[in-house]
Amino acid sequence: MSTTPAVTLSGARLAYGDRVLWDGLDLDVAPGEFVAVLGPNGSGKTSLMRVLLGLRALSSGAVTVAGAAPGRANRRIGYIPQQRALDPALALRGRDLVGLGWDGHRWGLGLTGIRERRRRVDTALAEVGAEAFANRPVGMLSGGEQQRLRVAQALVGDPAVLLCDEPLLSLDLAHQRAVSDLIDTRRRTADTAVLFVTHEINPVLPLVDRVLYLVDGRFRIGPPDEVMTSETLSELYRTEVDVLRVRGQVHIVGGHGAVCEDFHLAEH
Amino acid sequence: MDNIFDFRLTWQLLSLDFVLSALLVAAVLGLLAGVLGPLIVSRNMAFSVHGTSELALTGGAAALLLGWDVGNGALAGAIVAALVLGLLTRRSSEYDSVIGVVLAFGLGLGVLMLWLYKGRAANKFGLLTGQIVGQDFASMALLTGAAVVVLAVLAVVYRPLLFASVDPDVARARGVPTTLLAVVFAVLVGVATALGVRTVGSLLVLALMVTPAAAAARVTASPLRATVLAVVFAEVSAVGGIVLSLAPGAPVSAFVTAISFLIYLVCWLFGRARRTALA
Repeated sequence: MSTTPAVTLSGARLAYGDRVLWDGLDLDVAPGEFVAVLGPNGSGKTSLMRVLLGLRALSSGAVTVAGAAPGRANRRIGYIPQQRALDPALALRGRDLVGLGWDGHRWGLGLTGIRERRRRVDTALAEVGAEAFANRPVGMLSGGEQQRLRVAQALVGDPAVLLCDEPLLSLDLAHQRAVSDLIDTRRRTADTAVLFVTHEINPVLPLVDRVLYLVDGRFRIGPPDEVMTSETLSELYRTEVDVLRVRGQVHIVGGHGAVCEDFHLAEH
Repeated sequence: MDNIFDFRLTWQLLSLDFVLSALLVAAVLGLLAGVLGPLIVSRNMAFSVHGTSELALTGGAAALLLGWDVGNGALAGAIVAALVLGLLTRRSSEYDSVIGVVLAFGLGLGVLMLWLYKGRAANKFGLLTGQIVGQDFASMALLTGAAVVVLAVLAVVYRPLLFASVDPDVARARGVPTTLLAVVFAVLVGVATALGVRTVGSLLVLALMVTPAAAAARVTASPLRATVLAVVFAEVSAVGGIVLSLAPGAPVSAFVTAISFLIYLVCWLFGRARRTALA
């Protein structure tokens, strides 16, 4: 087991003009660790992803991903985006989507690696149970089927780090469970570090090792039991917030809609 | 039109050198259009190709006015237009309207330049309907050379370009230079469009660049099969259109557009039946 952190952030600051999203962020994510990134809209969760992918530079501080500067090791990163409606007429099958995760970033036609590609894609499809719909147009699949393919697409390249940007959004409970279990299995068997951006911690609560909770430039890092408390969240939100634990789930009751958890639950 | 099925006349005409060279031009264009088409369709660039081909006319008109070669002017116009349109973000709702705005202004400019030209523009200006017969050796060599270059560049960028076209967010996350590829693809489309404008005319470029690929996308979701089918459809339309136009001496455009439209209709019906069966 490797002990070099999969992701390191030290003294990281990200600001748009005067608006500071976060500052002084220190975070080392170990291989195999599952870190949930929580916070209301506009708190800089997606910007953190963009920094790790090398699509945005930090305002100050240092960051490494898979042992390299961001943007240098993107082929060692698996990325799972939100499920969004795909064009039903798009000429692309499920297996093509997964295949692009294997070698879509490489130049050339890839004719020499075609056998290896097929073997890898078949294995990845089998791992997520997507064989049955792998040859259908992706735009005609359900949200849950699409996200299974997204997991296969992200894992087929054998990533050291898995970045997930709200991958469960708009899935029903059964598919939320299925997709998060696939991600959990991966990090346990292959020691892949997981950064999981989400509005809602409950679907992944049993899997989470640590939480990074971002609110208005303030943040807290720690195990869910330490961060998801009335005291800590009241401090972060600077308003009276109550955290209730009901049947193993975390419910947040706050004075206003900026408290995302119940705000989001209300939408469902 | 009476002698469209006069196969003996068609056969006689097919043995003429200028007809054979026209068929070669059509075959090269069909190959280019068929290979580029599926990417154009995935990137929702049909209107942008239309804009590019119309703005090639403006480039040609500018060249005419300045005393340069009309074909080179069309090439330059198409590449400039493709670059401008290629740099626009595809997802913005402005995309379509900006193309409309640029296209209208460009055509207006072209009309003005043709009016300013002192000679008889019609003599030298076959860009609207093209002049597939009467291609000299130099322009045949230019066409073939440019086609080889376009296909070679496409072979190098194909995989990341497909990734960026069908799945831009994940492609960017995996380190694919999506903006650079958008520009490279715009130039490839610009060159292919300009070559098409010189030979089959700007009216026909859409029939070859978009219709065969759109038809292929109705019947298969595999990118490889869609490309092969698009090439076949484009070749059948281009070469078939010329052959059918020979005996009646009718305009090539009418036949090429009719064949490609017919192929599209058949594919559309077939695709609808297949999708109903799947759903």
